[in-house]
Amino acid sequence: MEVTNGLNLKDTELRLGLPGAQEEQQLEVSCVRSNNKRKNNDSTEESAPPPAKTQIVGWPPVRSNRKNNNNKNVSYVKVSMDGAPYLRKIDLKMYKNYPELLKALENMFKFTVGEYSEREGYQGSGFVPTYEDKDGDWMLVGDVPWDMFSSSCQKLRIMKGSEAPTAL
Amino acid sequence: MNYFPDEVIEHVFDFVVSHKDRNSISLVCKSWYKIERCSRKEVFIGNCYAINPERLIGRFPCLKSLTLKGKPHFADFNLVPHEWGGFVLPWIEALARSRVGLEELRLKRMVVTDESLELLSRSFANFKSLVLVSCEGFTTDGLASIAANCRQLRELDLQENEIDDHRGQWLNCFPDSCTTLTSLNFACLKGETNVAALERLVARSPNLKSLKLNRAVPLDALARLMSCAPQLVDLGVGSYENEPDPESFAKLMTAIEKCISLRSLSGFLEVAPLCLPAFYPICQNLISLNLSYAAEIQGNHLIKLIQLCKRLQRLWILDSIGDKGLVVVADTCKELQELRVFPSDVHGEEDNNAAVTEVGLVAISAGCPKLHSILYFCKQMTNAALIAVAKNCPNFIRFRLCILEPHKPDHITSQSLDEGFGAIVQACKGLRRLSVSGLLTDQVFLYIGMYAEQLEMLSIAFAGDTDKGMLYVLNGCKKMRKLEIRDSPFGNAALLADVGRYETMRSLWMSSCEVTLGGCKRLAQNSPRLNVEIINENENNRMEQNEEDEREKVDKLYLYRTVVGTRKDAPPYVRIL
Repeated sequence: MEVTNGLNLKDTELRLGLPGAQEEQQLEVSCVRSNNKRKNNDSTEESAPPPAKTQIVGWPPVRSNRKNNNNKNVSYVKVSMDGAPYLRKIDLKMYKNYPELLKALENMFKFTVGEYSEREGYQGSGFVPTYEDKDGDWMLVGDVPWDMFSSSCQKLRIMKGSEAPTAL
Repeated sequence: MNYFPDEVIEHVFDFVVSHKDRNSISLVCKSWYKIERCSRKEVFIGNCYAINPERLIGRFPCLKSLTLKGKPHFADFNLVPHEWGGFVLPWIEALARSRVGLEELRLKRMVVTDESLELLSRSFANFKSLVLVSCEGFTTDGLASIAANCRQLRELDLQENEIDDHRGQWLNCFPDSCTTLTSLNFACLKGETNVAALERLVARSPNLKSLKLNRAVPLDALARLMSCAPQLVDLGVGSYENEPDPESFAKLMTAIEKCISLRSLSGFLEVAPLCLPAFYPICQNLISLNLSYAAEIQGNHLIKLIQLCKRLQRLWILDSIGDKGLVVVADTCKELQELRVFPSDVHGEEDNNAAVTEVGLVAISAGCPKLHSILYFCKQMTNAALIAVAKNCPNFIRFRLCILEPHKPDHITSQSLDEGFGAIVQACKGLRRLSVSGLLTDQVFLYIGMYAEQLEMLSIAFAGDTDKGMLYVLNGCKKMRKLEIRDSPFGNAALLADVGRYETMRSLWMSSCEVTLGGCKRLAQNSPRLNVEIINENENNRMEQNEEDEREKVDKLYLYRTVVGTRKDAPPYVRIL
């Protein structure tokens, strides 16, 4: 960034492109139809990093029980939230600990989860994350060590205020 | 028209079994219609919303076997939201009310509840066979009702369903008097199985021909089960892990050797490859082998197994078999008719050199002259390979190719794969089902429209350039019944060009295409016998009637012909125009 006389000239520079977008980062999203059709002749393309692969919904066309079964590196579980029409699915293996998981859930369903304490569970927001374990029992997310949780979690359910008992 | 009394005609009709033929018979004259409808035993309904239970029962009062399909095919890949529909309860209630003598129920992609299963189990004294494929909504409690109450039960076949496993004792619910089982498949159950109850059940079922176990049935139990069921024809092995001690292994080998009727093998959900040799003695008899869930059988173990299966007609496998493994298949399995190769590394995370390419596909086509159905997931393809495959195998009925990366061109020439698929449709005159992938322009659809005269089902993803593509298909493929399209640039012009066409088809699915709300509305206006459903992705985007933007693109469109009008059980985010 050129800074001359204390002025940041780059900021006021007229150019094509969004302000602040210094690097070419290509992100591939669903429904993009154009990329591969043109041969890449420009040299600028070579310096761009390869497109980050975002996962396209329902692609490849493989049933979920196959996806889970065959790839031990992914572990998809269903996530439901009381009142939402759609269930979602997340891959537990993408997260290393509870804060990461909870943050992802909060983003996905647009809520906040409140304060966790061993004695009281989740307080303050009315949303309580729970999961079904291998024995079919519904448990509070956060009680057991992460590894134990991620290997036994079959399903997630975010319970809403009135339905979530204060003491589980 | 009738030179014979009705009973004679009815007797003749008994020999006509296929649905298509019986439908044709019923159109000949009123008298034949009447005789046919009263004697029809099996009814197939490809879309549960095309008709309703009352009309079904009204026309076919003597039906014994009903097949129903619910959600559209893309529901398998999470493209259809939760609770879209396909509920079986109203059907069972109506059949029970009318005292239909139901003996067999086959459901695919439907929502089945424990309540439905309970009602089913209590309402039909002669009920014999329940087959559920890709269904959801029920638990093992529902299975317990079926086990306990269906005194004549012969077949309970659960394929790839989402079942809540309550770890109850559903297997214990089969009464001791139940000895009529011929087929029991619970491979999709996730929980623990009462192995002792299972063993007792198998021991008292001398007619059991098909048994498919779930994960929870371990090796030593398998040996005992096979010992008391040497008459098995079809076996799904559950859990197969742990290095067994020599004694258990020997028992297993003895048991397997006695199963000389075994023709079909599947499962191996968890496998210790070293146990596979126990199955070598019966490999030469196998006509069907499904190892598509056996991620741990790879390399040499797999090759050794396949080399013994010289009579194989059907093979389902993972792509970890590699091109080399497919060459072995091509050399060994000269009777092969159907091949499915599933991806083992779905997200391309590993640099998988062992995955399959066009080389394996060409080898199979060259080595297996009887091949007529293929489903092939691969990372790359070329036109030259497809042209070679078309030349080697003009007998394809089903050809489904899925190149994992959307829009991927011929990896050698960088061209589109239009010519390759064109060669397939031109050579395979009997082709009924086709799935295309890779980089494709409108040209491939021109070929499909021109040559694929028998095509009934076509799946399109990330393909085409303009509306012309879809129009070529709709104009050309006169026998098209199911068309499903995603992420392709087809819009209103194609959708609206020939609205009457859709009544000759079962259904059309279009998602992430260019069709707009306005286009769908115009379509629905002129089509009283079509249900045009718009599935709205974004909950916050529920359209207010007065604020609609007709130019807004529709995320998911599903339309289907029906004689019973708009359905009443749609959830709020499904709008039926």
